[in-house]
Amino acid sequence: MSERIELDITLPKETRYLGLVGQIGESMARSLERFSGDREELAYHINLVLTEAMANAIQHAKEPSSTEVRITITLMHHKLIIKVFDQGQGFDLCTLAPPDASCLQEHGRGIFIIQTIMDRVIYRKLKGGHVLEMEKTLH
Amino acid sequence: MNIQINEQGNIVLISVVEERLDAHNSTDLKTRLLSLFEDGKNNMVINLEEVRFVDSSGLGALVSGFKNASARNGSLKLAGLQPQVQSMFELTRLHRVFEIFPTSEDALASFQP
Repeated sequence: MSERIELDITLPKETRYLGLVGQIGESMARSLERFSGDREELAYHINLVLTEAMANAIQHAKEPSSTEVRITITLMHHKLIIKVFDQGQGFDLCTLAPPDASCLQEHGRGIFIIQTIMDRVIYRKLKGGHVLEMEKTLH
Repeated sequence: MNIQINEQGNIVLISVVEERLDAHNSTDLKTRLLSLFEDGKNNMVINLEEVRFVDSSGLGALVSGFKNASARNGSLKLAGLQPQVQSMFELTRLHRVFEIFPTSEDALASFQP
């Protein structure tokens, strides 16, 4: 897979755009020139990761001044890198415990799902906000 | 959110007529379920055959309904999961929590003594 794709998307900070960003991810997965795995599963997973990460950014970016969410999707050298930028207070990735099925929590599965699907997940502080970086090697 | 509600005896069949159940519309589903519980409806089947995509918020709304039904000595069962939606329940181990049926007819029949 030698193809290089770079998408830079800025959307209003509203949940009604989750479907749009998910569709963009699915379309990208289906258009990959060389990918030997389950293409429909990859499409669903990219949709899911983008949906969870954008919803998370909306939830954590509660400052009235922030009205947009920026997402970059890069495919390069077999690596898919998704970055979601938020302008909020942030959270600590390490303190998020995996959901306990026996407790039946209603919240807290989003980051767990992202960590299960992607190979590497980092959340770090930037000037004026944070970025959630997610990486997956495609075969 | 577009949902259809059909009462069949003391069981309510709720069909979610949306392609996605996500952070945009899951609160709406949760609210509609709560309204049914407040009306004394404690046995439910949620038909998800039209739903192609579910995220953690959608799962959270279903968990909320499940907990409310159980707390009222009722039950909330699921039907018609598409393969990718089923895989979400397996990923989060919620397939061990919910009773899941291939069709809504199967789920409704399971309430019969």
